[in-house]
Amino acid sequence: MKESFIHPFIPNSVPEVQQEMLKDIGVEDVEDFYSCIPDAQRYKGLLELPKPYLSEVELKKHVNGIINKNLSTEDLLSFLGGGCWQHYIPAICDEINGRSEFLTAYAGEPYEDHGRFQALFEYTSMMAELLDVDVVNVPTYDGSQAAATALRMACRITNRSKVIVSDLTAPDRLSVIKGYLYPDIEVIEIGHDSLSGLSNLDDLENKLTENVGAVYFENPSYLGFIETQGEMISNTAHNSGALSVVWVDPSSLGVLSPPSSYGADLTCGDIQPLGIHMFMGGGRGGFIGAPDDDKFIEEYPSRLFGIVPTTHGEWGFGDVAWERTSYANREDAKEFVGTGAALWGITAGVYLSLMGPKGMRELGENCIKKTNYALKRLASLNGLTVPAIGKHFFKEFVVNFDKTGKTVQEINARLLEQGIFGGHDLSKSYSQLGQSALYCFTEIHSRDDIERLISTMNLILNA
Amino acid sequence: MGTTAYDNNEFHQARWNEPVIYELSTPGERGIFLPEVEPEIEDLAGNVLDELPAGMCRSKSPELPEMSQMRALKHYLRLSQENLGADFNVDIGQGTCTMKYSPKVNELFVRSPKIADLHPLQDESTLQGVLEIMYKTEQFLKSISGMDRISFQPGAGSHAILAIVSIIRAWVDANGLTDTKDEIITTIFSHPSNCAVAKLKGFKVVNIYADPVTGRPDFEAFKAAVSERTAALLITNPEDVGIYNERIQDFTDLVHAHGGLCSYDQANANGILGVTRAKEANFDLCFFNLHKTFSSPHGCGGPGSGVVGVRDRLIQYLPVPLVSFDEKTDHYYLDYNFSKTIGKIKDFYGVIPVIVRAYAWIMSLGARGLLEVARVSVLNNNYVLKKLLDMRGVTAPYADRETRIEQVRFSFQKLKEETSCGFGDVQRRICDFGCHIWNSHEPFIIPEPFTIEPTESYSKKELDEYLAVIEQIIEEAYTEPDIVKNAPYNSVVHHIAEHKYLDEPDLWAITWRMYKKRYNDYFKKKA
Repeated sequence: MKESFIHPFIPNSVPEVQQEMLKDIGVEDVEDFYSCIPDAQRYKGLLELPKPYLSEVELKKHVNGIINKNLSTEDLLSFLGGGCWQHYIPAICDEINGRSEFLTAYAGEPYEDHGRFQALFEYTSMMAELLDVDVVNVPTYDGSQAAATALRMACRITNRSKVIVSDLTAPDRLSVIKGYLYPDIEVIEIGHDSLSGLSNLDDLENKLTENVGAVYFENPSYLGFIETQGEMISNTAHNSGALSVVWVDPSSLGVLSPPSSYGADLTCGDIQPLGIHMFMGGGRGGFIGAPDDDKFIEEYPSRLFGIVPTTHGEWGFGDVAWERTSYANREDAKEFVGTGAALWGITAGVYLSLMGPKGMRELGENCIKKTNYALKRLASLNGLTVPAIGKHFFKEFVVNFDKTGKTVQEINARLLEQGIFGGHDLSKSYSQLGQSALYCFTEIHSRDDIERLISTMNLILNA
Repeated sequence: MGTTAYDNNEFHQARWNEPVIYELSTPGERGIFLPEVEPEIEDLAGNVLDELPAGMCRSKSPELPEMSQMRALKHYLRLSQENLGADFNVDIGQGTCTMKYSPKVNELFVRSPKIADLHPLQDESTLQGVLEIMYKTEQFLKSISGMDRISFQPGAGSHAILAIVSIIRAWVDANGLTDTKDEIITTIFSHPSNCAVAKLKGFKVVNIYADPVTGRPDFEAFKAAVSERTAALLITNPEDVGIYNERIQDFTDLVHAHGGLCSYDQANANGILGVTRAKEANFDLCFFNLHKTFSSPHGCGGPGSGVVGVRDRLIQYLPVPLVSFDEKTDHYYLDYNFSKTIGKIKDFYGVIPVIVRAYAWIMSLGARGLLEVARVSVLNNNYVLKKLLDMRGVTAPYADRETRIEQVRFSFQKLKEETSCGFGDVQRRICDFGCHIWNSHEPFIIPEPFTIEPTESYSKKELDEYLAVIEQIIEEAYTEPDIVKNAPYNSVVHHIAEHKYLDEPDLWAITWRMYKKRYNDYFKKKA
């Protein structure tokens, strides 16, 4: 293509500059650089793409025209949870993760990129306190990846090839775990009590053979209730030589006990609730917490940042035990590592530094009290069975609509007409729960918000 | 010596000597308030924490720092200033990573509540805008790759490799080939995650090395490696050395002849956009990194997005859901209807902000723009190649006198032999000029390596500026090597000379808690 095309993102599209550079190189035409590509592999003509919006004015109008078709949780009142939760995001979180210095950096050295090393070291240090563990990794893709890797770590540590998981594990996460552990690690599910939701310990005992390297459960569970048998499950696992691996919602840890206190050897989860926008489920980062024990640390596939001295007495940072990683040892490494979710790790660090111990406590109190208030209010409505499963709840619980004669789909459609996102419809993924929905309440909900849900629901039920 | 003098020898990066955040904590300070729980809620909810079984209530507060809001802000702003983002420098030294310009207007889109504050389980009718963007971006990437469907689920390039090898695993098993097809072939200059993930998913790994003269993967070695046991080939083209393998179709044909699959690692597709595609080289699968070629910023190491493309015969294996369009109802929807799906690779649907930025980037360039991106990135690369090879101590092994595509793996081996300054010394010294250079993926088959990928984003003047810095450091290495060896001077911190703190278990401290447990004062080991 001889005709020039000068674009603001491509400075050297200026023809005179190109000519000067070609002359320096000793080549006549840019096309000559592609002479190595056989004709059969050359794409002829221009790619089939729409006409671009070259001006920023038109581009902005175009893209906003599309995204404004969305209705967000800022537009409507939302009670959706299910592994992605609407929490308040302090303005400073967005201020920091929008800084060019952090947003556009990648893989600089501990000198010119000292800032990201320190910010991520601080993130892992604060997470370690929240989880009450010694070691936390630089974030991986999401909490499900963290869970899957934690289970692989446990199998390497114990040299075993089976894991036991609760059959109420979050459905997406269970799919990720099974896929990631396949083909060499078998995933065995154990049952639960249909009323309390708690893991069936007899089933656990029966399936806990000598090949099982880990027992995994989630707290709070996907269906919102708190698994109160943590210590018993961990002890049972330990008695059989297996590790206890617990997935935890970090927003609960201002009020609920960290899993390490009831025997978890590895703690995992997602940092989304710690200052990260939901992005339709696209804002996530996975953490894995472990004790200060080489045999655990050496099994991490992730980056681990450590603090080191410099020749001038400053705080320096660097990669700990680099040889573990696939960057250093390719197929002989622990699993694999690549670009993860570092910016969200920095963001979660900012969040925790603003919240402090009191903020995390108040966050937990907000969630648990508002949730239990909403539970009692919903339970007072005719026809609703609340809670449908479980006894103790943190920020979610299941509402059953079977006695109302209406489906969740119908209820949610009516709620949406009134500007409310009702709870997540569980009727397909948990058919044994009938027409049920998972409702979520956090610090962002005021009493007025909850009462608006109650009065709207009341009208719908009596229509 | 050179023709262009580096003219900013006064550079000094911000150096705040910012304490570790725990050192800034003052008991009692607050960074933010949360809403007070209303009395009506307190009354009805009751003493819910006391009702929890023993052992479930946290007994000891987490030891988080206690800071006022402005001090926390200042801390992180200072740390940001101690970080050299791509927006600040001529970031061509981070080869294989395509450090191109990330247009600022795209940040406005992803920061809008219409993207940032969407819940994944909202009714589809309220997500039509974002689903439309995903659907249309898929059509763009189908055109760019020639593949038939694209999944957005993986969280970055290595995660895309996980999706690809999981598909290969499922395909092998579904076809009853588990016992016969148990090997994956890749090349030593392909990204390390290719072989690492292949091993993870239960395959034996065969690494093909480069021909010592041409730098292309050794075809004879490859031919000897391919057999009925070959489940798949995972290959990059050009590989990290930037040399286009013109026999690529011989590689894919041979694997196909033995009943295997071929996957194209297109993490670095910048130099061939609109020039050559996965389809024409007979690949069955491929992936792109939207945070590289398609401009999304790298975020200090993610979040990214690795999108996987497949030909028709593998569509049913893709992770669910995909985004489909119902013409009758004019409605975009999440499509779970794939009979052999590998299930989920990641929670929900993919890294939405990165997909939105990629959509906007493609829409701001179009077909001609994308081709110009490729052409200029290759022009820039060959310009830098020519200029660097004119410098003392620099070589570019393989393919002597040939031009390259989007990047080149160079070597400072000669510099090291002649001056005793190696790559690591140059890497520390270059910080003093506000620049960065990276040492390439291991193993270091090319000794003292570094990989330069200029992309399309930098002007000739900026490339000259970077080259002048390298030239000055080389001059120092030959005349006053101690300057290079003791660097950096003007960076955020000085030399981290003792690696034992990162390699020895009783010395490393991965969190502040571990540091306090092991040390008094400044790295004074506790008894």
